[in-house]
Amino acid sequence: MSTYAIGIDLGTTNSAVSYFKLADATARGQAQTMLAIPQVTAVGTIGEKLLLPSFLYLPNASEFPAGALALPWDKNPSLLVGDFARAHGSKVPMRLVASAKSWLCHAGVDRQAAILPWQAPEDVQRISPLTAAAHYLAHLRAAWDQQFPAEPLAQQDVVLTVPASFDAAARDLTLKAAEAAGLPQVTLIEEPQAAFYAWLEQMGEGFRKQVKPGDVVLVVDVGGGTTDFSLIAVTAKDGDVTLTRVAVGDHILLGGDNMDLALAHTVNQRLAAAGKKLDAWQFNALTHACRQAKETLYADPSLTQCPLVIPGRGSSLIGGTIKAELSREELTRILTDGFFPKVAITDLPQSARRSGLTQMALPYAQDAGVTRHLAGFLTRQARALATAHDAPVPVNGRTFIHPTTVLFNGGAFKATPLKERVLEVLNTWLAADGGQPVKELDGAELDLAVARGAAYYGWVRHGHGLRIRGGTARAYYVGIETAMPAVPGMEPPVKALCVAPFGMEEGTQADIPPQEFGLVVGEPTSFRFFASSVRRDDRVGTMLEDVAGSDELEEIAPIETTLIAQAVQEGKLIPVNLQAVVTELGTLELRCLEKGGPGQWKLELNVRMKE
Amino acid sequence: MEQPIQSKSSFGQRLAIGLACFRRALGSADFCRSADALLHPVPPPAPPAAPKPVELPPERRHAAGLAVLSLLQREGRLIDFLQEDMAAYSDAEIGAAARVVHDGCREVLASHLTLEPVLNESEGAAIKVPAGFDAQRIRLTGNLAGQPPFTGTLKHHGWVATSVRLSTVSETLDPRVLAPAEVEL
Repeated sequence: MSTYAIGIDLGTTNSAVSYFKLADATARGQAQTMLAIPQVTAVGTIGEKLLLPSFLYLPNASEFPAGALALPWDKNPSLLVGDFARAHGSKVPMRLVASAKSWLCHAGVDRQAAILPWQAPEDVQRISPLTAAAHYLAHLRAAWDQQFPAEPLAQQDVVLTVPASFDAAARDLTLKAAEAAGLPQVTLIEEPQAAFYAWLEQMGEGFRKQVKPGDVVLVVDVGGGTTDFSLIAVTAKDGDVTLTRVAVGDHILLGGDNMDLALAHTVNQRLAAAGKKLDAWQFNALTHACRQAKETLYADPSLTQCPLVIPGRGSSLIGGTIKAELSREELTRILTDGFFPKVAITDLPQSARRSGLTQMALPYAQDAGVTRHLAGFLTRQARALATAHDAPVPVNGRTFIHPTTVLFNGGAFKATPLKERVLEVLNTWLAADGGQPVKELDGAELDLAVARGAAYYGWVRHGHGLRIRGGTARAYYVGIETAMPAVPGMEPPVKALCVAPFGMEEGTQADIPPQEFGLVVGEPTSFRFFASSVRRDDRVGTMLEDVAGSDELEEIAPIETTLIAQAVQEGKLIPVNLQAVVTELGTLELRCLEKGGPGQWKLELNVRMKE
Repeated sequence: MEQPIQSKSSFGQRLAIGLACFRRALGSADFCRSADALLHPVPPPAPPAAPKPVELPPERRHAAGLAVLSLLQREGRLIDFLQEDMAAYSDAEIGAAARVVHDGCREVLASHLTLEPVLNESEGAAIKVPAGFDAQRIRLTGNLAGQPPFTGTLKHHGWVATSVRLSTVSETLDPRVLAPAEVEL
């Protein structure tokens, strides 16, 4: 029996750790139970902070004096993690690994190959996104073990957060990273749910006054690099309030960092027009200054402008300083109107056709309008729920799902005007569609809520408090090629067989579809794997025709196995059925069950590059 | 059987002990050794000489102070600002640079110290300085005559660090290097 339930928020920009002492058996209220994480903040200096920036720097052998990067638990680390890694990495970007988490869910690359820093020159030692994530977790684990030597992290109840939009392959990789960091038993929880748990813990029993059965909570999470939407329905079952996570949105690579860059580019153009050209270092300083100015202007509505100062690079500070300013008009035009435009519910995100060669990189969102992405999410889910027969949220012919309450999360919402804008847009849509205005739930610390909520969930799992139900956020399908005469130049259409229905609860097994497959012993076999976040009614065994044109299915990593059977000779064909299982930890496993025999093989998600 | 020795032993007791020692010395080598140690006490070894205090160079003795300067330079460019000659610039230019220094150094103070005024009254208000006041926290100026308690006007509320969270710098580094030279490749 472990002493603590620990929530780890492995964020794209920052990671945090919160802990819950299980023996206390009550919610923590306002108590600060965040782990102070020692990290290198400057050469030869170790500072303790509540956030660990998710940045990794790969130093050159001769770059820093010997022993300057020492940590309390490692006198001579070969990689640098945390605050100084981010600060120095901005000056040497080709040695900096950033946004490893976004790479972890990017299906277009081999996520276990050493590809980061992306497009670094030959002699820079590279690591894989999986290794980077493992390093962050290992650092957090060492920080914990150092402060709680009698209760090592590997023996506690560890809950790790992932974006709700992470598919089975990305979750699998997250677990592999945890295992590599020495944490073999972790549970996964979705970040918007963790934010809601943090709110529940903060409210205690008072939450019943804020949300009632019939309410639909929209969680909007805009962090440094990503945007995530989730819907949680509040229903009553046998007189008890139940919470069900109803829908999740796509993983959108759009966040606070985009906003700072947008401001910096605008000011840069203005300066260039005035004849002052900035080099890369100065542009970085400008981005930082814009971030500060943005926070100042949003915090104080009476200011009409904020000065921006870009310090000179050399020792001549006064002589080298470049002055500019950010006006409120620019801030509103670029950020409030640019990233949260007032749009109609019918305005969907534009995905412009990519022309010709596109540099292989992270699939950043092409449309920067968060409100458009929100409109797209609510409309798509309404269409999906309208056809579902047991929808927990009533749709009743509406064009989009009507939320009744909104919970904001993520650093971008420290700016109150942005929250107000989102609420304003939502209320406009609701008024036009005959709904009630939404209410905002008062969230807690926007940076720390996810970690705190995850730790609270670790306690809730033991049967206390209210648990959010929901199961898997997607239905999963296996691709089957149809048998057709070969036609040159035409690919045979691929059908999709449903193996795991939407909303499978943790710790359950799906039914076995009747279709059988022949696998050859000793030869590797590969299946294409698809997921859908909108098809809610497909049962196991449902076959979908022609996957290629469907916008409801997205392809994720192929799954493979090599059948190794002891008593059977190589080359023999064995008939198998497929079965999906959702583990207690929240991951999807696929098994091949021998038909009429005892054989059982596990299929692995192959997260290497699609051929 | 033998009576324990009293502090003032009589002749008879001394004779009895002497004979007992004689008997045992003849019989036991160990007893001989013990008796020999009593007869020829070895002077205890002289205590080791106290180590001479190592004379640390000034940069080592004040390494912590230098580390704070280095921190203010790294985060707020303070040394660059102070080293520059102000005469050549206008107030506006100096003001712009001062913003950089202010932002950075203020952040350093906020994260490493908690600063509070020594006296909470507002500057310009009347102040009573009681007898037995802490002479380090309150400095008196003006018409200083007689003995406390005094009445006066608060001119500067003072600063005291109520919490110190400075980090220690590794001792392997040379404290004299306040900022490394930057070379762009």
